[in-house]
Amino acid sequence: MLVFLLRRVMQSGVALLVMSVLVFVGVYAIGNPIDILVNPEADSAEIERATAALGLDRPLWTQYLIFLQKAFSGDFGNSFVHGSSATQLILHRMPATLELAFAALVIAIVLGIPLGLWAGLRPESASGRTIMGLSILGFSLPTFWVGLMLIMVFSVQLGWLPSNGRGSTVDLFGLPVSILTWDGLKHILMPALNLALFKISLVIRLTRAGTQEAMLQDYVRFARAKGLKASRIVGVHVLKNILIPIVTVLGLELGSLIAFAVVTESIFAWPGMGKLLIESISLLDRPVVVAYLLIVVAMFVVINLIVDILYSLLDPRIRLNAAAD
Amino acid sequence: MTEPLPVLDVSHLSTHFATAKGVVRAVDDVSLRVQSGQILGLVGESGSGKSMTGFSILGLVDPPGKVVAGNVLFKGQNLLTMDPERLRQLRGDRIAMIFQDPMMTLNPVLRIETQMVETLQAHQSISRSLARTRAIEALADVGIPSPAERLSAYPHQFSGGMRQRVAIAIALLNRPDLVIADEPTTALDVTIQGQILALVQRLCRERQTSLIWITHDLSVIAGLADQVAVMYAGRIVESGPVQSVLAAPLHPYTEGLLGAIPALHERGEPLRAIPGATPSLASLPTGCAFADRCPRAFAQCSVPLGETEIAGDAGPRRTRCWLHSPVPAPMPTIQR
Repeated sequence: MLVFLLRRVMQSGVALLVMSVLVFVGVYAIGNPIDILVNPEADSAEIERATAALGLDRPLWTQYLIFLQKAFSGDFGNSFVHGSSATQLILHRMPATLELAFAALVIAIVLGIPLGLWAGLRPESASGRTIMGLSILGFSLPTFWVGLMLIMVFSVQLGWLPSNGRGSTVDLFGLPVSILTWDGLKHILMPALNLALFKISLVIRLTRAGTQEAMLQDYVRFARAKGLKASRIVGVHVLKNILIPIVTVLGLELGSLIAFAVVTESIFAWPGMGKLLIESISLLDRPVVVAYLLIVVAMFVVINLIVDILYSLLDPRIRLNAAAD
Repeated sequence: MTEPLPVLDVSHLSTHFATAKGVVRAVDDVSLRVQSGQILGLVGESGSGKSMTGFSILGLVDPPGKVVAGNVLFKGQNLLTMDPERLRQLRGDRIAMIFQDPMMTLNPVLRIETQMVETLQAHQSISRSLARTRAIEALADVGIPSPAERLSAYPHQFSGGMRQRVAIAIALLNRPDLVIADEPTTALDVTIQGQILALVQRLCRERQTSLIWITHDLSVIAGLADQVAVMYAGRIVESGPVQSVLAAPLHPYTEGLLGAIPALHERGEPLRAIPGATPSLASLPTGCAFADRCPRAFAQCSVPLGETEIAGDAGPRRTRCWLHSPVPAPMPTIQR
């Protein structure tokens, strides 16, 4: 277990390092932030002063080494635009995104697994076919369009749900959350559903395929021969077997929910870090972009680690030391 | 002579599969009886419908398969028309089943303990600790060393033979009246096969449990069963007391099966194989399905026939063959 964790941390370190080089060079290649930041009427002396203040006058590799040196002590530099610490800026926005992503994940699980089980147990029935038909829609409709439709129907036409912002929040362990207030819940419902739509379809398909396969296995027939109730056969024998692939995929998808909440956050004006990223890219605010991506990569690493641990809990045949090889 | 009420009385059971190629008659007009404490050997080649007969009795046929006719009387109650919830209560409690492949029958992600305790708790309100104690006893009965420790193991931590012992322990947990064992030794090494066979035989004899032992191996039946039923292409072609059937088979197919067993004292002699192959269950002839391969076939064999009962020294015997039909046969219909 310890060896496994150590190896994982080292692998992650390398991934983060490579990542930071790529982003650094990438943002440098896009353009010079000074062109955007400085008043267009500024003279060359002023521009030089600004460039020097941000450290942009030095060669790229020197800039990178300085960044790296500071990064090891946890400082990812200050935002070119806001002047404040990039890490602070992102961490300030992160709770909103995390809340949205987890709400979407919960919706995907709570709706996806029962619907998938139902469709898997009754593949020929009208209800099973309807579920599968809808899941194809969920896969193929673009997120932004569905988001706009949701706003049009539920905010504009019916006026039931608010179309932007987080609503009122309550602090939980020092972090603001929306889901604990009625107003916040109304605000998060549409964006979370919008973000979850694709994942619901994914979970339905995975669950259905797994269920259909598991129901043909001898262990299910043996469970029936033992006289177990159908609820126990499906709820314990089948579900525990099909959870293994679902956990893997959802783990990876949680990362993408967090990282790519950008579209949903833009449509519903959700004050998360996805929106911050878009703004920072357009302003070439390199420290924020680099810090954001490094945080996202770190999150992916942690999520994968949790998935691996969950895996070994679900499937006794998988041992963590074996997974490290 | 009036016989006591049999534990299991199957009559005219038929299970069909509707497939794209037509109706597959996996089980066709099967009748068999098991008396209390008796062991019935159900013998047949792969695909003869013997496993499906077992599944049909327990109501475990998966679609597109369907039991289309017949009665399955368990202690006088018809399992085929029974309320599903009552059938569930009987399954695993009064009638248990052991499957062919021990690698597949136990759920890989659940502890042996879970799989045993749930079998007890599905049929009686019993505390977890008492269920555990019962499970440990059951594991000890089937010869699992240090059963209390092994209870918390997962199936993959057992060998094939040990897994089959666990499956047998689970099947016998609730002291059923009838056990259907579907080729439980086929997937195991020869030495383990003998052990499992002896184990099941001993446990069933001790507890007066009736047993249906499904196998393709007539030599296994010889030492184990009281009665034997031989299946061919979904039908029972011959049944009766095991010593009479093995000593003087009535049906040419049984004769062929006996001839095909290699004997240790006949080294070097060519094996007598039955020529040809089993017919497709989707397109069976109207008469005897074995006629094409039968050395003694005659014109009459293409006419449909039922079972004939013949008195024997050790008890009544039944066969489905025109050679033994006492009824004057009608003229064969013109073949098209």
